[in-house]
Amino acid sequence: MYPARFEYFAPTTVEEAVSILERYGDEAKVLAGGQSLIPLMKLRFASPRALVDINRIAGLDEHYEDNDLLNVGALVRHKDCERSELLRKSYDVLADAAPQISDPVVRNLGTVAGSLAHADPQGDWGSALLAAGASVQAQGPGGTRTIPLDDLFQGPFTTALEPTEVVTWVQVPEPKAPCGGAYLKLERKVGDFATAAVGVHVSFSNGNVEQAGIALTGVGPRNMRAKAAEDALAGRELNDEAIAEAGRLAAETAEPHDDIRGSAEYKRNVVRVFTERALRRARERREGR
Amino acid sequence: MTATVVKQAQFTRPVTVTVNGQARSAEIETRLLLVHFIRQTLGLTGTHIGCDTSSCGACTVLLDGTPVKSCTMFAVQADGREVTTVEGLAPPGGLHPVQEGFHVEHGLQCGFCTPGMMLTATALLAENPDPSEEEIRWAISGNVCRCTGYVNIVKAVRHAAAAMKEAS
Repeated sequence: MYPARFEYFAPTTVEEAVSILERYGDEAKVLAGGQSLIPLMKLRFASPRALVDINRIAGLDEHYEDNDLLNVGALVRHKDCERSELLRKSYDVLADAAPQISDPVVRNLGTVAGSLAHADPQGDWGSALLAAGASVQAQGPGGTRTIPLDDLFQGPFTTALEPTEVVTWVQVPEPKAPCGGAYLKLERKVGDFATAAVGVHVSFSNGNVEQAGIALTGVGPRNMRAKAAEDALAGRELNDEAIAEAGRLAAETAEPHDDIRGSAEYKRNVVRVFTERALRRARERREGR
Repeated sequence: MTATVVKQAQFTRPVTVTVNGQARSAEIETRLLLVHFIRQTLGLTGTHIGCDTSSCGACTVLLDGTPVKSCTMFAVQADGREVTTVEGLAPPGGLHPVQEGFHVEHGLQCGFCTPGMMLTATALLAENPDPSEEEIRWAISGNVCRCTGYVNIVKAVRHAAAAMKEAS
């Protein structure tokens, strides 16, 4: 399969990348890991006139905590997250999600930020990071702005990013209170997208839930926050009754469709069960710290 | 008449990629996939094209030592970098321990997935010289074999691990 012809640029600074994007407007695409974009180009679902390869921009392949934020650069690969001690220590939902994305060889190239910019409703990072309360830094001709993930995802493969903007960093609030989380995914085989998946990230205060982040994958037109379930848990003890209620509410939020991976009813049940299991795991992990 | 300078769109690029230790330069189309550069431009047909949709791993090569699916990368992206294909595994006149392992343990039937399998296994052993069965199965889960199943492939990797340990 051959993609349509394109002009290729390999800028070494974000400013240079933005200036190329300005020249081509919505006819250019940013290339990071390429594990979603290149398949689309091969199928000619995407035929950009210009490709802006950001892989030669230095400094974007790091992730670190600073200033109460976990900063994940635009060139951090799924593999880097899979191996990150930092994520395993304080960001269960992200550490859980990383090794469940696609397969090990794809994870060597695919990036976290690219996954968000691609905005596939089946994407795992979208839900894991929604649960963790993340936002992205987008740099454009007018400077840098912060876009919370709640505003970033507008629909299937559609984001609030301007064609002239590059996602430079993904930022997650550093947990101040004790935290626990989990990402549970049902997939038919390695490399498949989720039948359904649930991410949770819970902070605790005096034994009760301070804040719960719960987000759903593959059961709606975008990665969805299960707001009713989150609200139901706030300030409460995370006991079996609260967990069951959150599971029920999350299932009600889901908007699944019948497809080859399962019926809508089945997926809704998976959301309920996985929300409950993920919350229990979050509780256990919190207790183990 | 005033001459107007129109900047022509550039659909080709010169690249230099070090393949199996040798610098290889070519003027290529930007849309050329790495796997086509390897197979057609360089004539190294040991790298196979299976699904062509990043699912099967038959086209796996090492990029600076890391396994990547060469059907899901443009050759221009490899400019200035090092690629290892199956042709680069064996020392002159011999076999790489991973190749030896696949031979001895009968880790293949049709052989189509084998080059990708062996490169993924080579990268695994470089990082983890004594992987468990589970670790091997996890590492090769992006490489699909449709004839043998994976039992002998796992044995082959274990065989290579033991041989490399003995040699070191």
